[in-house]
Amino acid sequence: MSDPLVWLILLPLFWATGAFLFPTRGAWLAIGGTAVQLWLALALAAKVGAGGTATHAVGGWGAPLGIDLAADGLAALLLVLAQFVALPLFLYARDYFAGKAPAFWPLAGFLLAGMNVLFLSADLFNLYVALELVGLAAVGLVALGGGAGPLAAALRYLFATLVGSGLYLLGVALVYGTYGTVALATLTPLVTADAPRAVWLAAGLLLVGLMIKTALFPFHYWLPPAHGGAPAPVSALLSALVVKASFYLILRLWLGPFAPLAVAAAWLPALLGGAAILWGSWRAIRAERLKELVAWSTVAQLGYLFLIFPLLGADGLALHAGGMQVVAHGLAKAAMFAAAGVVIQVTGRDAVADVAGVASRLPVTLFAFGLAGVTLMGLPPSGGFLAKWLLIDAALAHGRWDMVILILVGGLLTAIYVFRVLRQAFLLPPSSERRRVKHRPVAILEWTAFALAAASVLVGLRGMEIVRLLGAVA
Amino acid sequence: MSTGLIFACGGAILFVMGVAGVILHDHLLRRILAFNLMGSGVFLVLIGLAQRGGVPDPVPQAMVLTGIVVAVAATALALTLARRLFALTGGYTLPKDGDE
Amino acid sequence: MIRSAVVILAALFAAALIVAFLDLPPAEIDLPAAVTANMAISGVDHPVTAVLLNFRGYDTLLEIGVLLLALIVVLAVAPREEVAAPLVASAADPVLQTLARIAVPLMLLAAVYLLWAGAHQTGGAFQAGAVLAAAAVLLHLAGLLPGWSAPGLSLRGGLAAGFLVFLAVAAALLTEGALLQYPPAWAGALILLVEATLAVSLGLILAGLFLFLS
Repeated sequence: MSDPLVWLILLPLFWATGAFLFPTRGAWLAIGGTAVQLWLALALAAKVGAGGTATHAVGGWGAPLGIDLAADGLAALLLVLAQFVALPLFLYARDYFAGKAPAFWPLAGFLLAGMNVLFLSADLFNLYVALELVGLAAVGLVALGGGAGPLAAALRYLFATLVGSGLYLLGVALVYGTYGTVALATLTPLVTADAPRAVWLAAGLLLVGLMIKTALFPFHYWLPPAHGGAPAPVSALLSALVVKASFYLILRLWLGPFAPLAVAAAWLPALLGGAAILWGSWRAIRAERLKELVAWSTVAQLGYLFLIFPLLGADGLALHAGGMQVVAHGLAKAAMFAAAGVVIQVTGRDAVADVAGVASRLPVTLFAFGLAGVTLMGLPPSGGFLAKWLLIDAALAHGRWDMVILILVGGLLTAIYVFRVLRQAFLLPPSSERRRVKHRPVAILEWTAFALAAASVLVGLRGMEIVRLLGAVA
Repeated sequence: MSTGLIFACGGAILFVMGVAGVILHDHLLRRILAFNLMGSGVFLVLIGLAQRGGVPDPVPQAMVLTGIVVAVAATALALTLARRLFALTGGYTLPKDGDE
Repeated sequence: MIRSAVVILAALFAAALIVAFLDLPPAEIDLPAAVTANMAISGVDHPVTAVLLNFRGYDTLLEIGVLLLALIVVLAVAPREEVAAPLVASAADPVLQTLARIAVPLMLLAAVYLLWAGAHQTGGAFQAGAVLAAAAVLLHLAGLLPGWSAPGLSLRGGLAAGFLVFLAVAAALLTEGALLQYPPAWAGALILLVEATLAVSLGLILAGLFLFLS
């Protein structure tokens, strides 16, 4: 009864089903449940920070016969992030949808449950089921948008995620065929640098499948329409959390069973990550619509995460950088989409050019957008700054000057597209339409966006705690 | 070349055909069918490789049962979305803006 | 151009897979032996059912969640305007209707048998649920069962019951030991309870995937 690990999985499944059975209570079930989950996640993080990896053998069998759950520092950090981002977003969604999309609550519940399962699982096949749970829930949430555009985006996303899962599952099949087990703990000592060819193919399949799900360049094509066309709280959940889940899995496999094989291929994610930063930022600068701009920003920011792979080493610097970037970007991107959602809802338009002059009407919202932009650009003392600082530190330790330049150029490009929006909002006077802002937004929408943005900046001040938690990585 | 290996090789070919189908086809229903082909290929590989020694293994069989259910769920979702798209646009293809 | 490149790449990859399969050494871990060793305390007699509902029951719990999730999306996306959809044109065929009337009770019986048989031979909740769903679809295609519109509370209850019972059993077992750790004395009864409710719910969900769209 006292194991937070297990309740982090059971609780969201319970309230998601409850939200399906009682659609009118969906919002309250979600908010209450997620609040308890946040508390559980913090308790788990404290436990892991003090005592090392927490494990739980489901069914009492233990790997490889049964399925093991394991929470090390990285998993605990991501669990806290997921619940911490979801809670304000659910408060936001309650007023954003105002009862018009009751299916949001059970779908969001299954999404959150799936992510919790994913962060805690230590079994390759169980991870596949978790990936499908998260992926299908995400597709369903995108389709809530309703029109032909969101539907097409949802279908494109669905096919991408299904191909990704298919590749992943084939990799799992190869691993099981070779070793007779799919438990991570059992596999790690078995995989060596002279593994059979099938294991190399499996590693490649797992990596590419997960890269498709994380929208790494060149598999990013599905993300901008999906995140740009979904309702704002959905875009926030997807950009902040869902893509991080598959990235977490890549990291888990890279550091775990496939570590002996990973050394040979470390240049590939970094190369693709660099391309993502440049291409994503370029498309964000050119984007016409506000949510599309923020979505391309996600493509670019995900690139930073993949730069860490050649830099992973005993000093843990690159891992800390990656963890910090995941946290900072998650908070900032959620805030940005929330703010964008408010702007679009009250002005009724979603082109970047139409943001003109809203600053006087929506000060809190634009401040939130600006703060989020501060983190994405990497200005001190925000979380994004700390992440990029750690990343540059790691790159210098490995002598990778090309990466340092890339990171700095990326920050500059980020500043260009962030300021594009802010300039429109603050400096340009309202055009011929006087009554640009139709009505005041509901206060909670603005303040949740602000809270998330403030958190993304403040987390830079608590950076050392996060680094210490990450130190407990198995 | 045991029976298991033959199934695995067949599964590999089906998988590859399925993935190529999802990527290359335009018609949504064909892409959904290709996805199912891909899934069947993976299941064959899973069981074929695990049982290449001739000894039946219940674990991959249970995994495939789970996989089939997940594939059914995904197919149902895809078909619903496709049907709705057809109701809205009158066609079964996605608009062309940078497909893979 | 792209087409031929994809096809060639695909063929090469298939060849690489086949070559990799052919020179695989035998597996290191022998899970079938571990399964057989633990069959006595698993609560069922058939190894696949034991793996599915006991050793890897967690996977099964999650996959039911995935199926329920798919149904929720179907309900959310399916258009509301198509209320009272006309029954299928072939509905008026008396031969089909008589055949359906004869076949469906037999199918129900087969479903119950499959569920019960799962404990000691191939069978179980999924197979039973699939047969139940097929019976519902047959009735619909024969014109004897109208398409379903938005589900009321009782139908929603039926759809979610299997998943909820499984979750409740999992949570209740937490007081004794680990998640989904069946005490050996109760294992058989609990698994049968879970499978029975799952079979009904699965039948409803799978039928719903067809009938809510009609």
